[in-house]
Amino acid sequence: MIKRKNKNKNNPFYDPTLSKRHRSSKRFKRFTLASLLFSIAFLAFFLFDIIGKGSPAFEQAYVNVEVTYNEASMKSYRKAIDRKYNNIVSRAWLRTLPMEMKKNPELMGTKVKMWVLADDQVDQYLKGHYYKLKRKDRVLIDDMKETGDVELKFNKIFFLNGDSKTPEFAGLNSAIIGSILTLIITMLVAFPIGVMTAVYLEEFADDNKFTQTIEVNINNLAAIPSILFGLLGLAIFINLFGMPRSSPLVGGLTLALMTLPIIIVSSRAALRAVPDSIRQAAYGLGLTKIEVTRDHVLPLAFPGILTGSIIGLAQAMGETAPLIIIGMIAFIPDSPESIFQAATVMPAQLFTWAGMPERMYIEKTAAGIMVLLTILISLNALAIYLRKKYEVKW
Amino acid sequence: MHSFESKNKSTELKENLIKGALITASVISILTTFGILFSILFEAIAFFELRSFWYFLTGTEWSPGIAGSKFGAIPIFAGTMMITFIAMFVAIPIGLGSAVFMSEYASHETRSYLKPMLEVLAGIPTVVYGFFAAITVAPLIVKAASAIGLEATFNSALASGVVMGIMIIPVISSLSDDVIKAVPDSQRKASLGLGMTQGETIKNIVLPSALPGIISACILGFSKAIGETMIVVMAAGLRPNLSWNPLEDMTTVTVTIVNSLVGDFEFNSPETLSAFALGLMLFVVTLILNIISLSLIRKFKEKYKVNTL
Repeated sequence: MIKRKNKNKNNPFYDPTLSKRHRSSKRFKRFTLASLLFSIAFLAFFLFDIIGKGSPAFEQAYVNVEVTYNEASMKSYRKAIDRKYNNIVSRAWLRTLPMEMKKNPELMGTKVKMWVLADDQVDQYLKGHYYKLKRKDRVLIDDMKETGDVELKFNKIFFLNGDSKTPEFAGLNSAIIGSILTLIITMLVAFPIGVMTAVYLEEFADDNKFTQTIEVNINNLAAIPSILFGLLGLAIFINLFGMPRSSPLVGGLTLALMTLPIIIVSSRAALRAVPDSIRQAAYGLGLTKIEVTRDHVLPLAFPGILTGSIIGLAQAMGETAPLIIIGMIAFIPDSPESIFQAATVMPAQLFTWAGMPERMYIEKTAAGIMVLLTILISLNALAIYLRKKYEVKW
Repeated sequence: MHSFESKNKSTELKENLIKGALITASVISILTTFGILFSILFEAIAFFELRSFWYFLTGTEWSPGIAGSKFGAIPIFAGTMMITFIAMFVAIPIGLGSAVFMSEYASHETRSYLKPMLEVLAGIPTVVYGFFAAITVAPLIVKAASAIGLEATFNSALASGVVMGIMIIPVISSLSDDVIKAVPDSQRKASLGLGMTQGETIKNIVLPSALPGIISACILGFSKAIGETMIVVMAAGLRPNLSWNPLEDMTTVTVTIVNSLVGDFEFNSPETLSAFALGLMLFVVTLILNIISLSLIRKFKEKYKVNTL
């Protein structure tokens, strides 16, 4: 060791601070790695947490009880089941009984033993969560568990029902349909306008004050907070043009204006990637500028344009704030049948559920998040796949 | 000959029509910006006709809906700033560190895995972050605070600030990564050739060169944080609170906008119109930040002649 020190001293280039500098360099590298790992660890923790909270919602408690269809239960649906089951059968499900009897008169006067939806407290009790069941109901459930008359089954209701004030009866269906209608409007408006703007700016426009203004505008539009688009939708579409509040029409238009810059920017990049030789060859054959663009440049740029539009669509799908402003958080149990009816979208539905006091809505929200994230990640994966598949190296 | 000419004329007309349609489409972006500006401006003016503009800017009491309602926005601005600063405190070091690792240390292959992972963070809807902040992070902070003898509320500014910071990491890291990569390699080689360590090269040469772009990225993140809505609506408080303690609940501009518009007030009441006054502030501030950020990026581009940013 001593020898080595001496050796260093004889070396005219020896820098006594060198090892310190190397250590500091290593420390810096470790810091950058740690910050990256932190982000990834957060992502992992987040997914773990959401899946842990949400997956119980895909199962739902059902109880096997005898249901009586007769005049008395037609008048008062609570009479359809034995009194001791009153607290463990879902009241929202019982409420649908008279309707069913009207639809199927042949049920009248029969007694059927069947699996019916359990109350949310029973469901939470079975899953080991916090519950508010009375002692006698708990004993009843425990007894029924032994005879196999209570069971957790796959939760179809979550996908088939709309929203409900009764947690065990609430589902995502109306929100999914609302989302689809809204996004159809968004795409019908944003896609043509975005692509046309990109074509104009890339292929036709000269570099003058007018095009510069448009360009600065697009950049600004991309950076405006989304909630301000909600204020725009409220003031212009609803108050000025009188379009129906909470409707997919207004929501779609508002989201379209938000998505526009994403589509324009990615479409321009795709158009720019088409080499000039293609255009010049087409001109050389005597085509006009429109023909060159329509028949040659646009088809070649199309995969890129599509990729950008899918990413824009995914972003619009997750957006909530502007839709809250235009009223898309109303309680909507039925799915909308037209773009003029009041509707809710998936993120807005999650927001509503997250604010509910019942414990069961937490797991419904987390499960809804799982559904939403699955759709968003698949959309993004589709975009990446399309880009990879149609990528052309010029 | 004759038919050829007439065909030319009809094509010309058609082409002009198509060109006109393209220009019309382009103008929509301008119309949207002006639409936002004017729709907010007119309602904000209607608000300032009812209530004093100066009290709005300088007053310290915000109490809508109560008799003699007051609209002094200072506590709301302060809450916004508090949460935004917490977010930037999380996002800048982590975002920048990630960007440096990806552009300077990671191999091309590792980078191609890491970058999409960070982008996933950017693709998570803000309503999901809000739920996570309110249900998971806030209780954790309450527990952690009580463990060290402090008291935190379930709507603490810290919870929404931290989660918002994580949301902003990819905003900062992705732009910084592009800028750092755009710094010419000759600079790194010159520095290494003079005997600098890699860490010193990055700290003294690469980062200062990329500084305009990095600052631009941070400003962009800052403006995103100011305008972010869902996280704070779900996880921050509703009570305007002028305080320095991040463990207390605070409210922000966006939360107040949402609150005053989902309430039961009439559209022309000062309670509803105050949302537009706050919206105007938000518009002006984010626009200024955006202009600064864009001009910094332009300077960087001119200096290093990059076209890809």
